[in-house]
Amino acid sequence: MASETQEPGRGEALSPERRRFLGRLSIALSAVAAAIVGIPVVGFILGPLIAPEPDVWRAVGAADSFKPGETVSVSFLDPSPMAWAGVSAMTAAWLRRLDSGGFVAFAVNCSHLGCPVRWLSQANLFMCPCHGGVYYADGSVAAGPPPRGLFKYPVRVRDGQVEILASAVPIE
Amino acid sequence: MIKKFFNQAVDAFEERTGLIKFFGDVMRHPVPPNTGWWYVFGSAVLVAFMMQVVTGIALATRYVASSGSAYQVLEFITYKAVLGNFLRGMHFFGASAMILLVGIHMIQVFLMGCYKYPREFNWVSGVMLLFVTIAMGFSGQLLRWDQTAVWATVLAAEMLGRTPFIGTYLARFLLGGKTLGGATLSRFFAFHVFFLPAAIFALVALHLYLVIHDGISAPPVPGEKVNPKTYRAEYEKLLEERGVPFWPDAAWRDVVVAVGVVIAIAALAFFVGPPDLGKPPNPSLLANDPSPDWYMLWYYAVLALLPRGMESVFMIAAPVAAIVFLLMVPVLWNKGERHPSRRPWAVAAVLMIVLSIVGFWIEGSIAPWSPKFDAQPLSAAQVGTTSAPIVAGAQLFHDKGCEFCHTIEGQGGMRGPDLTEVAHRLSVNDLRIKIANGGGNMPSFAGILTHDELDNLVAFLESRVTMPPAKTASAAGAAAVAQSDPTRAVDGRKP
Repeated sequence: MASETQEPGRGEALSPERRRFLGRLSIALSAVAAAIVGIPVVGFILGPLIAPEPDVWRAVGAADSFKPGETVSVSFLDPSPMAWAGVSAMTAAWLRRLDSGGFVAFAVNCSHLGCPVRWLSQANLFMCPCHGGVYYADGSVAAGPPPRGLFKYPVRVRDGQVEILASAVPIE
Repeated sequence: MIKKFFNQAVDAFEERTGLIKFFGDVMRHPVPPNTGWWYVFGSAVLVAFMMQVVTGIALATRYVASSGSAYQVLEFITYKAVLGNFLRGMHFFGASAMILLVGIHMIQVFLMGCYKYPREFNWVSGVMLLFVTIAMGFSGQLLRWDQTAVWATVLAAEMLGRTPFIGTYLARFLLGGKTLGGATLSRFFAFHVFFLPAAIFALVALHLYLVIHDGISAPPVPGEKVNPKTYRAEYEKLLEERGVPFWPDAAWRDVVVAVGVVIAIAALAFFVGPPDLGKPPNPSLLANDPSPDWYMLWYYAVLALLPRGMESVFMIAAPVAAIVFLLMVPVLWNKGERHPSRRPWAVAAVLMIVLSIVGFWIEGSIAPWSPKFDAQPLSAAQVGTTSAPIVAGAQLFHDKGCEFCHTIEGQGGMRGPDLTEVAHRLSVNDLRIKIANGGGNMPSFAGILTHDELDNLVAFLESRVTMPPAKTASAAGAAAVAQSDPTRAVDGRKP
């Protein structure tokens, strides 16, 4: 074949078909190499999106230590604390003991943008420092920009201890 | 002898690399004459970025990207490390300068029509650089890893969480899990020092390549329109006839401004210093008032002032719309007039955007919507009477949180209206109804105040219009004035 003739001082000329094949082969091989490296890298970075992080019950104090009608902040470890997280693994909730004896735990995050709401015990209101969102004692919206009431965590009493189901940062 | 050896070494290096000629050609490439001082902002941004790289690398030699240790490391860098405080200041003001200069550079390019043919792609790369720069600033604020950084992270996650369908995934991607914690900081660190700088390097390389490829645009002249069919030939002719070498004819101004930028950043770092470290990054400490660094404060204000229910749409739609609009600018208007005097709508658009941002920024720095939690109860002198209901009402005004949102006697929050003279506006009955029912940004106090408390609170508010002039009089006398105001109608309304 003419394409297989060798000119003096030059390498073997390749046929157009062979050139096309080798070009595509090089691209395909490069893509395979990129995939071998890229897939685990992307998987590792995106891992937190799919890694199971089960909710965990955290004890926050003896049931008797909470007075009926009072709302207090309780702090506890988040559901998936890492050994090097330090204090950033802590989280909190506003725990209210109802007059009926039951408990309700509100997320501290304002439903507007997630800022930490404060409890004004004398006013019986939650108030957000960021944009002035206000909630009543039952967590319902009282005023301001929040689109919904405070999120709630499941609460239970076990062996005399109040336990809150530590779960994800409430995002909607 | 030494000179000869040096020259030989240089020649040998050049013969093997060609770098001296390459960079010489780049530096001496012809540019249009009279580019002037308006053309210095691009290089000023580049210098600010280089400062960020240098100071950032230095800070990284001490920084520990661990959620449990970073705060202590920041304390060490700030208070103990040699020149640590100064370096942190340089890095902070370098970031501020970069963002400010990117904005000025962008305005200059837009107003002078430099983005028009054939420089559309350079505008696009610049837009991408703008957003990567903002991402760098935000991720850098979080590396401070104090309580404000922690809550800023939560805010960002909440905002991303509003994205339809994938919001939760985006928020988890940002946090490094479903909660803030060990994985969060190392994630931001990786983005701040690897991903985003790599993107900036790549985009800056593209940006500079395109500057060389398409040339620096000539200063705009009224009436000289960009015609894609003839522009290249006209530009080549201009360079051929009147072009000057970039170095040093044009570059000297860049150097002057760049040195000015460096001196200004260093001076601010020295005299003002870096932002204070807040409290430790413990999300269970709730007495916190998170706010972003200055360049995002205007956006924070926008989010506060949006009509209720619009945040979700705005948080997602507005940034997307801004990106799409900026990317479409050279597509929509890539030819025609360049001079701002012939493009009044372009000038008006820039003015509107700049004034809006400045206005929102001022509002954000005041943050009148934020409750003033540290408001103190009115003093006895301010109350101005010993009348039991009024004194009790004044105490209730503080205890029930009214004062956090309302100013009275020059004291208190600005969320709601100043109530010092509310009795001139509302009757006793109106006041009772307003307090009991609330409305708008005010909660209903019907289930919070007892009947007597409501009476006392209203008595206190009513007393304000009569008390101030009586402040210098005796409290008892003032109380008497309040009790016997003959101008007050039966229903409490002023006639």
